[in-house]
Amino acid sequence: MTGIANEGAGAIIGEVAAVIVANKAYLSEIDGKIGDGDHGVNMAKGFGRAAERLRGGETLDAAMQVLSDVLMSEIGGSMGPLYGMMFSDMADALAGKAVIDPAAFALMLRAGLDGVQEVGEAQVGDKTLMDSLVPAVAAFEAAVAAGAGFGSALDRMKAAAAAGRDSTIDLVARIGRSSRLGERSRGVLDAGATSCCMILTALADGVAKRLV
Amino acid sequence: MQRFLNNPDDIVDETVAGFVKAHRDLVKLDPSNPRVVVARNAPVKGKVGIVTGGGSGHEPAFIGYAGRNMVDAVAVGELFSSPTAKSFIDAIKAADGGAGVAVLYGNYAGDNMNVKMARRMAAKDGIEVATVVANDDVCSAPLDERAKRRGVAGEIFMWKIGGAKAAEGASLSEVVASAQRAIDACRSVGVGLGPCTLPAVGHPNFLIEPGKMEIGIGHHGEPGTRLEDLKTANEVADDMVRIVLDDHDLPAGTEVAVLVSGLGATPVNELYVLYDRIEGQIAARGLSVHRAYVGNYFTSLEMVGATVTVLALDDELKRLLDVETACAGF
Repeated sequence: MTGIANEGAGAIIGEVAAVIVANKAYLSEIDGKIGDGDHGVNMAKGFGRAAERLRGGETLDAAMQVLSDVLMSEIGGSMGPLYGMMFSDMADALAGKAVIDPAAFALMLRAGLDGVQEVGEAQVGDKTLMDSLVPAVAAFEAAVAAGAGFGSALDRMKAAAAAGRDSTIDLVARIGRSSRLGERSRGVLDAGATSCCMILTALADGVAKRLV
Repeated sequence: MQRFLNNPDDIVDETVAGFVKAHRDLVKLDPSNPRVVVARNAPVKGKVGIVTGGGSGHEPAFIGYAGRNMVDAVAVGELFSSPTAKSFIDAIKAADGGAGVAVLYGNYAGDNMNVKMARRMAAKDGIEVATVVANDDVCSAPLDERAKRRGVAGEIFMWKIGGAKAAEGASLSEVVASAQRAIDACRSVGVGLGPCTLPAVGHPNFLIEPGKMEIGIGHHGEPGTRLEDLKTANEVADDMVRIVLDDHDLPAGTEVAVLVSGLGATPVNELYVLYDRIEGQIAARGLSVHRAYVGNYFTSLEMVGATVTVLALDDELKRLLDVETACAGF
């Protein structure tokens, strides 16, 4: 089965951080339509700081743990604990693995989803990051179960994450700050679902380009 | 708007640093966490600790309510963003005098998650923690879904009552019961006339057209639930009183405490203009004002607007409200 070496794959987290930092203004702009407009600022601060603390050569799980620590202890808000738990539990699932193959990646995704569910209360359809994360994890698992290759499973995960993100446009927020707006929250992308899609896409791209 | 600003990323640290210098007779910085402000006399051995926390930009809330007979430790977040779980647990530790800690905070998704995680960490450290979640903002959800409502300026009364009860030597369950009764007896409403801007974002994230006002506006620049033509101060005051009292069936003769807070950029004299009308409207409903607070108690950066909070008093709440307090916010 194909896979990538865990050693050195921590650089993928630097690539994820670069995407988030590059989209700082965009994420804040989306958030500002139904929230207070600081999503991009706080995400870029957390991911940017974590990237600065990577020395290079880390395993993917070690880099995820660095990112989780920054999000949990320095960022706060809602995204700090949600993404903090996601990356911490993803890291635990990968710990000790020499090779990240589709099975390991699937376990990692599932652990991250469980971590988010443990701290948050949102369900699919509530207009949150879960609308990207849940279908993305399910799509990857289904692709692997159907015997798809790693690269093709990653492509399906990306497509599901993007479709999930886009589905939030027509949703009314049922949790978090924008939920108090009721119908007025319809018609805009959810900032959390958007950043979650960016994270999953960058993770997938990072793995895919290391596959040989 | 022109601002006093260095690097926008440093604004919270600089705010806390200045606050702790200016009020060194009342508060100190936690030596292990620069995002935790601790009352000078905390922790008090044998007393239930009182903790709160929330995003910055609401000054004097939350740090301004750290002090004697009030809040023992405050976790400080980024602008309009929940403090970290680490800051909440460090605040819990700083407030812990061995009799348990009551975390009294507002109903926001981020705060709920970070307090939940901090509570788990406190359990590992053997510190007993109980929570009360403020949900006094009437327009943020219907009455039968009160658990979904946001916490706003009613939090100040919750801290005041909880802090006074703890100072009397009450147990953790008694402190939490009184703080819960206080917030249950609070109703608040906000009216926004102009938006605010997070300095790092650089532009207002919503607009209020000239001649319009947002009824039910939140403390973080969330748009209100209703957009209306701006009316006279008396008409606005009448609306605000109607919203908070229609939500709360109070028998004639009930004594109340009233808090009118500016949202940051409204001149204080206009708050007195509102209060002049508000007290009359409250009296017209057969209620009497025991105490009033008018000023900038819980702001939202430079938002233009005001909030009104009415706390219905009983004998215990009245006694605890009148306990003397030393903190920067009052």
